[in-house]
Amino acid sequence: MSQTAIDTAGAGRGSFNSYLTGFALSLILTAIPFALVMSGAWSFSVTLAAILCAGIVQILVHLHYFLHLGASSAARWNVLALMFTLAIMVLFVGGTIWIMFNLYHRMM
Amino acid sequence: MMSTDASTIDLAHNEAVEHPDTVGMQALGFWLYLMSDLIIFATLFATFAVLGRNYAGGPTGKELFELPYVLGETLLLLFSSVTYGLVMLAVYNGRKKQVLIGLAVTFLLGLGFVLMEVNEFHSLIARGHGPDVSAFLSSYFTLVGTHGTHVTFGLIWMAVMIGQVAVKGLNSPVQSRLMRLSMFWHFLDIVWIGIFSIVYLMGVM
Amino acid sequence: MFGKLSLSAIPYHEPITMGAVGGAVLLGLVLMGLVTYYRKWTYLYNEWLTSLDHKKIGIMYIIIAVVMLLRGFSDAILMRAQQAVAAGGSLGFLSPDHFNQIFSAHGSIMIIFMAMPFLAGLVNIVVPQQIGSRDVAFPFLNSLSLWLTAAGALLIMVSLGVGEFSKAGWSGYAPLTEIEYSPDVGVDYWIWAFQIAGLGSTLTGINFIVTIIKMRAPGMTLMRLPLFVWTTFFTMVLVVWAFPVLTAALALLTLDRYLGMHFFTNALGGNQMLYVNLFWTWAHPEVYILILPAFGVFSEVTATFSGKRLFGYTSMVWATVVITVLSFAVWMHHFFTMGASPNVNLFFGIATMLIGIPTGVKTFNWLFTMYRGRIRFSTPMYWTLGAIVTFVIGGTSGVLLSLPSANYVLHNSLFVIGHFHNTIIPGAVFGFFAGFYYWFPKAVGFRLEESWGKRAFWCWLIGFLLAFVPLYVLGFMGMPRRMAFYATPSWHLPLMVAALGVAVIMLGILFQGIQLLVSFKERRALRDPTGDPWDGRTLEWMTSSPPAVYNFAKIPAVDEIDALTEMKEKGVAYGRPDQYDDIEMPKNAPHGLILGGFAFVFGFAMVWYIWWLAILAALGMLFTVIARSMDDDIHYVIPAAEVERIENERYLELAAVTK
Repeated sequence: MSQTAIDTAGAGRGSFNSYLTGFALSLILTAIPFALVMSGAWSFSVTLAAILCAGIVQILVHLHYFLHLGASSAARWNVLALMFTLAIMVLFVGGTIWIMFNLYHRMM
Repeated sequence: MMSTDASTIDLAHNEAVEHPDTVGMQALGFWLYLMSDLIIFATLFATFAVLGRNYAGGPTGKELFELPYVLGETLLLLFSSVTYGLVMLAVYNGRKKQVLIGLAVTFLLGLGFVLMEVNEFHSLIARGHGPDVSAFLSSYFTLVGTHGTHVTFGLIWMAVMIGQVAVKGLNSPVQSRLMRLSMFWHFLDIVWIGIFSIVYLMGVM
Repeated sequence: MFGKLSLSAIPYHEPITMGAVGGAVLLGLVLMGLVTYYRKWTYLYNEWLTSLDHKKIGIMYIIIAVVMLLRGFSDAILMRAQQAVAAGGSLGFLSPDHFNQIFSAHGSIMIIFMAMPFLAGLVNIVVPQQIGSRDVAFPFLNSLSLWLTAAGALLIMVSLGVGEFSKAGWSGYAPLTEIEYSPDVGVDYWIWAFQIAGLGSTLTGINFIVTIIKMRAPGMTLMRLPLFVWTTFFTMVLVVWAFPVLTAALALLTLDRYLGMHFFTNALGGNQMLYVNLFWTWAHPEVYILILPAFGVFSEVTATFSGKRLFGYTSMVWATVVITVLSFAVWMHHFFTMGASPNVNLFFGIATMLIGIPTGVKTFNWLFTMYRGRIRFSTPMYWTLGAIVTFVIGGTSGVLLSLPSANYVLHNSLFVIGHFHNTIIPGAVFGFFAGFYYWFPKAVGFRLEESWGKRAFWCWLIGFLLAFVPLYVLGFMGMPRRMAFYATPSWHLPLMVAALGVAVIMLGILFQGIQLLVSFKERRALRDPTGDPWDGRTLEWMTSSPPAVYNFAKIPAVDEIDALTEMKEKGVAYGRPDQYDDIEMPKNAPHGLILGGFAFVFGFAMVWYIWWLAILAALGMLFTVIARSMDDDIHYVIPAAEVERIENERYLELAAVTK
């Protein structure tokens, strides 16, 4: 009975396979940026883009395979809260960087 | 300081077992706490973005960071995320012994991560690259250290849970707490992805 | 052993401070003596301090708020008196050092320790009842929030007699707050008081979001929520998503001060404007945290006292959403004069002006609610009307300030002080008073005497205009804020008028005190036997006044916006259920009180660098939390027979008046 309570609590329930898939994907997505930076094979801007892409994809992998965040109705408020947090983060971090680098620029 | 206190305070709410949705309310409340914690990390990331190149004549990230070491830390944390996932599978299946073993393994992996980070900080400070040297080092130590403090509180929580599982068994409040700890643990791994990408990898480029 | 703490920390040489300390200590001793004399310690501890009942927690919040209102208002009196006399070569009666502490304490206290507890108190008393719930989602967390707030408030009060308070304003701009320029403990008191209370607020925020999402009565869909619940919901959204920024910013300042880091210092790569940026990222949403609940109160009061459903319910909800989102996107308007490029200033200027639109929507909705309504002019309606009229003026001066070009002229002048008092006093304080008078009978069981309430209102309104309209004028005359004395003779007259205004407000506060005393004396005559003294429209008026610990013997089913009005029209409002069930409620718990105590000790030890004590207090907190988590037996059951007995008493009283 209590198990079903946890089940519907929004954190979702994983399976052995989902953890294994998530683990394998995370390993790959960690290896790529580390290898790129350590080898210095690609140009600066391409490496930068690769780091950002791999990071974002790995975060999505963790959300899906480890935190089991999905479209289920139990997780609806969790997803909504996460979306709102992301929007606020973009506003805060983006705004702060915009304001402060604008200031750096004008003080040079 | 206070942020990490908040994470342990959430240990405390164990509400009605009989209320049909108690576990759900606790999960949602804890998720909201994680969201507010994410805003704290966002603030620290923004601070690092603004101050992270202010070396003030001190060392740069390129001179200080050792990527193989960071890769080691990353793998420890990633392994611990997976082992905690297996703990939750054992919880669903009601296997107390597996839960205890899994928690112990996760605890050791997490402890390894914290020790590696302590060692890294210690060697930086010993070489005269402490957080008071430049704004870059202040923001570096604070961002990475805040994450490390969170992991440490996660370890304390995990130790308490090992005790509770051993004594109380897998009753509903214990299960609910294990589930929230799993959210906390995976959340910290996600924050670490941001740290190794932005602080370490971009820092040495 | 005692860090920086020694007997010299007590400000013997400041007669005004020592007088205040003496008065506060004496008052405390008298209160404790009375409790001891009447042997009420056990009652106090069992029924109040360890209570997890949201209604009692709410009342305790409001007691904190009223005490801190008196403290913050005393600061205001001192400031206005000082500026009224410190003209033309006179230095007044306050040293600049003391004056700086007073304005810093005034702002810090009024925002964090008066307005925040007041709104938390109203929300605690009202929201669970309005959504037809027996409690909040996390009753223990609720008690913890209360005691963290109390610990922060106590820390500020202690700074009066042990050491000193910050001299850097409530916003604590770096680098003035850095250890280099403020080596004393004042800034540390400010930091730790804010941090401890801020943690309490964040937990309250989480608690009420979950309560509103998960604990609504059956049938109460989101678009049937009373508007006060909606504004509370978005207030708490602002709390949860904005307070962490303050926590982080203050933590960085703490690291600068305690560990010699360089976030906001002048040297070694620090950046002061980053502090200003982070502070306002929190502080702008904070003003909406104060104002949104008051908007909710106005909506409830206008609907009830006009005897009509709220006009434009849906647009009210969406206006609240828009205000919430926009309030996260305007923080930069607090430092237009930093010297950012026109593009940056333009973006934040326009975002600021946009907030006027949803606020205007709300104002017109209140007016249309009253239009052709059968308005009853009771005290809550007085405060609401006074607030709407004056708030519009304050909002308009805000639009003026949102123009970067005008802002360059008015920045840091008294015009700004006039503006934000003109928004926060009507927008928040009047709203809280409206809520206080509106829900007082519900929380306590008797109404407040009306005539003294109306006298108090007129004193507040007239005193407010006298005190703050001159500040607009002084701003245009070029007077900067925070001046301990000045040499310009033409500023003297308006400042005298402002001082007179504060005296009139003081009269208003005095009348409110008299009103409380008179009402307490006449409490039998003013008793509210029905539980519905105003012909209310929402569920909180369904219960008795004060409600039983479980609020609702049977959880009501809802199928309309104004649920109670609909039930009354159908004649099913006070029907007896066929049978009663056992009700499970949370047991009292001392852990919140203990944690608050440890938090206070921790803050005090950190302020004075008493490291061993800080470590002990932190360990104390940790082990209290763990101890609480070990306890799975946290509920008790009220048997159905007991519920029936309580309900029967209520129906007896109800029958006596409706006969």
